[in-house]
Amino acid sequence: MADEALTAAPIPPPTSTPPPALAVLQKAWRFILQQRTLSVALIAVAMVIYFQLSKSVFLSAGNLQTLIQYISETAIIAAGEVMLLICGEIDLSVGSVYALAPFVMYYANQNGVPLLGGIVIALLVCAAIGFINGFASVYFRVPSLIATLGTQLLVSGVTLVITNATPVLTPDTFPKVTSFAKLFGNNPYFEISWTLAIVIVMQALLSMTPWGLRTVATGGNPLGASEVGIGANRIKMVHFMVASALAGFAGVLGAFRVGSTDPLAGGTTIMFNAIAGAVIGGTALTGGSGTVIGALLGVCVLGILQDGITLIGVNADYYYIVVGAAILAAMILNVRLSQLRKAGQS
Amino acid sequence: MTAPSSEALRVEHIAKRFGPVTALRDINMRLNYGEVLGLIGDNGAGKSTLIKIMTGFQQPDAGTIFVNGQEVKLNSVQQARELGIETVYQDLALINELSVYHNMFLKRELRIGPFLNNAAMRRQAREFLNQMGVNVPSVDVEVSKLSGGQRQAIAIARAVSSNAKILLLDEPLAAMGAKEGAQILDLINRLKSQGVAIIMIGHNYAQVLEVADRVNLLQHGEITFDKPAGKDLMDEITDIIMQEYRATKLGTSANGSVKSGTPTSA
Ligand SMILES: Nc1ncnc2c1ncn2[C@@H]1O[C@H](COP(=O)(O)OP(=O)(O)OP(=O)(O)O)[C@@H](O)[C@H]1O
Ligand SMILES: [Mg+2]
Repeated sequence: MADEALTAAPIPPPTSTPPPALAVLQKAWRFILQQRTLSVALIAVAMVIYFQLSKSVFLSAGNLQTLIQYISETAIIAAGEVMLLICGEIDLSVGSVYALAPFVMYYANQNGVPLLGGIVIALLVCAAIGFINGFASVYFRVPSLIATLGTQLLVSGVTLVITNATPVLTPDTFPKVTSFAKLFGNNPYFEISWTLAIVIVMQALLSMTPWGLRTVATGGNPLGASEVGIGANRIKMVHFMVASALAGFAGVLGAFRVGSTDPLAGGTTIMFNAIAGAVIGGTALTGGSGTVIGALLGVCVLGILQDGITLIGVNADYYYIVVGAAILAAMILNVRLSQLRKAGQS
Repeated sequence: MTAPSSEALRVEHIAKRFGPVTALRDINMRLNYGEVLGLIGDNGAGKSTLIKIMTGFQQPDAGTIFVNGQEVKLNSVQQARELGIETVYQDLALINELSVYHNMFLKRELRIGPFLNNAAMRRQAREFLNQMGVNVPSVDVEVSKLSGGQRQAIAIARAVSSNAKILLLDEPLAAMGAKEGAQILDLINRLKSQGVAIIMIGHNYAQVLEVADRVNLLQHGEITFDKPAGKDLMDEITDIIMQEYRATKLGTSANGSVKSGTPTSA
């Protein structure tokens, strides 16, 4: 008997056979975890169908433009934010950088710099703010959550002071909208083209280049990455600067789109939406995983939700309840996923 | 290739402190090409710290490092790598979120223009692991999904596959089964016969003595023992360590120091 037990074939792993319904649920759960991007895309499509069935204006040209405008700028910010989140950092100051950038362009223009030059200067100023964020987080080791909370206030304070808290007309948008203004955000199709181009470039950087690999390594295992010789500090600095510059670019697009440059534009709302979009799209707040495409889809989900809720006439405040719950669910999913990863199963 | 038995690596008077902890006091060590040096010592003796200094990951507070007889300042891992030094860290330095082949080529990725050449990295990683006899489900699998021994094998494969001339192995067999351990010891012997200079840290003296030509014992921040490996060496080392232990326990340690890694109160 004992001998037999010893020589018997290894006991097969306990194949607990759950009832079919449960098995399907488990499979779905695993699928959601593994095919995160696809799942989010499916959710977005489902929501479009739902809102279209409830209100046929949802897919009208006018509403699509509104939607595109909502999504474009937020998704550009999210693209930069995702890279930061992947390398283990975060930037809360993107919303106030969004508001500052078009003013830099405006004042440069007032001082005789052509608009394109003004945009370049604005982006450089934003990159410098990103540099400060990075420097505080990387070299002074202030957690970026706190450091960028500081610059968020600082930058929006500076914007309010230099503008006397008064909006100005965006150049080239009044009395006649020039093609330059259209190219840089006043036309929704140009605007979404910028967004898609930025998302594609950033996603390619992330998943197709050594730089992207090292970014993941930096966030996934900071000590291990530096033991391999990866300059984690430099990688983080660059991502802080890129995230800030992208936020500034989104701000410029927004200013041309609206036609007025408002010191109160963007702010914590757009920052929060960008980070929430990234999280819904599968980016772990703990670093080491995430995709730019996922963040774009996450932002789409949020945009569709906000727009749809308003359209069907539900009190817009419900949006916050739904979004809050969605973010919580997304976080639980993300944490669960990294637990699976750490447990070495899945 | 450098002539075997010429000097690969030498360190003189290396010291390193971490705040109040003196990890290394005065380390002198020499390693030749085609030689395996076994480095042993208690937990917290400073073995890993020494390895990290030799690979440029940490910088010593004092002392000099010579590679191929030339004095060098190792300011970065990259710099050490350019001199042919590769390391298997005790913590393995693997990235859980990345695939086996991305881990193996991290920081020396194969590319086509600016892009990763995943096909080539995948193929080379697979070939290399097969050749080494490492058993993983697939090179595409995330490292987080591997067992402890498999992870260790990947870390070793990464260091070996980069044609290191000087290989620093920090407890490379700690998580390995008997068969896999023997495979790695064979690999070390092969590399040695190809002229690679190797330092191997280990707590299993039988394994260390199986491949080492020479053994160094690290105690109180210094190398207190440096002898060619022989059949009686195991007993000798065990005696030294047990003596030290008994002496400490009785509080009669000759120089009064209790154990390295304790705060220096002087
Ligand atoms: N980064 C660090 N910061 C502070 N103290 C450190 C650091 N690295 C090592 N030490 C200390 O230096 C001493 C030597 O550590 P080290 O890791 O080199 O020992 P070891 O000989 O490798 O031990 P083990 O056999 O357990 O791996 C220990 O007391 C440790 O606490
Ligand atoms: Mg150690």
